Amino acid sequence: MKARVHVTLKNGVLDPQGAAVAHSLGALGFDGVNDVRQGKVIELDLAETDKAAAEAAVAQMCEKLLANTVIENYSVEIL
Amino acid sequence: MRAAVIQFPGSNCDRDMAVALEKVAGQGNVSMVWHKDASLPDGLDVIGIPGGFSFGDYLRCGAIAARSPVMNAVVDFANKGGYVFGLCNGFQILAESGLLPGVLMRNSGLKYICKTVELTVETTDSAFTSLYSKGEVIQTPIAHHEGNYSADPETLKRLHGDDRIAFKYVDTPNGAMDDIAGILSANKRVLGMMPHPERLNDPELGGTDGVRFFEGIANALVSA
Repeated sequence: MKARVHVTLKNGVLDPQGAAVAHSLGALGFDGVNDVRQGKVIELDLAETDKAAAEAAVAQMCEKLLANTVIENYSVEIL
Repeated sequence: MRAAVIQFPGSNCDRDMAVALEKVAGQGNVSMVWHKDASLPDGLDVIGIPGGFSFGDYLRCGAIAARSPVMNAVVDFANKGGYVFGLCNGFQILAESGLLPGVLMRNSGLKYICKTVELTVETTDSAFTSLYSKGEVIQTPIAHHEGNYSADPETLKRLHGDDRIAFKYVDTPNGAMDDIAGILSANKRVLGMMPHPERLNDPELGGTDGVRFFEGIANALVSA
């Protein structure tokens, strides 16, 4: 079973990388980009076959390592 | 005084830190401890977490090092009142381990910065800062890409209110909130800072403003 984790910065946390990307898009002529937030996608290949158990396990992984919950949110998608 | 320096794959300031500690602890009193060790040498007084690029800065700076086996022992040691300090990547590791609040984010200018900066000493109420005077300006090198200290407003208020800000930048190079360069734990025995006092520990290195940082630790242990 595969899982995909999205890690994003919480609202209100300054994202200098996102700001740089937004600036660069503007320089390329892409107008109307109000804001850019950059995050991470982490794909996991799991031995677990039960969807609920996999979801719970990945949430634990996010809390313990994959995300820093001081500044980041995460969401788990079971594929 | 017995000290230990923790080594992770990618640590690169570990020997500088050991040299600085040996100057105040005496030869033979500084142990190097590998990150896979689950326990620490007996009779330790202070643990240093060195700078570098532990685990290649993968995932987040310090994130993987903070979950390595030795860090459980370091957290226990700190919770029992032991002295722990982390410099540069060491600060990032201490923040990721939860021993210090907040996070070190990418520098606001997105660039790696390597230069000497001026710091003000914000408190003398800790072993690490006891031999400086409050408000004194010292020169210390920085060399980091993720030194932009961030914390929620309540945490910042607590740090200020409890006199837990050790050092501030005179001219903040990295976007750090409230110009914070280094902070202390609630019991003032755990310190994390982005600048490198261990690199200004001998006139031949270009300065000695870091000497009192290490002498302060030794002093606190003698008088304890």
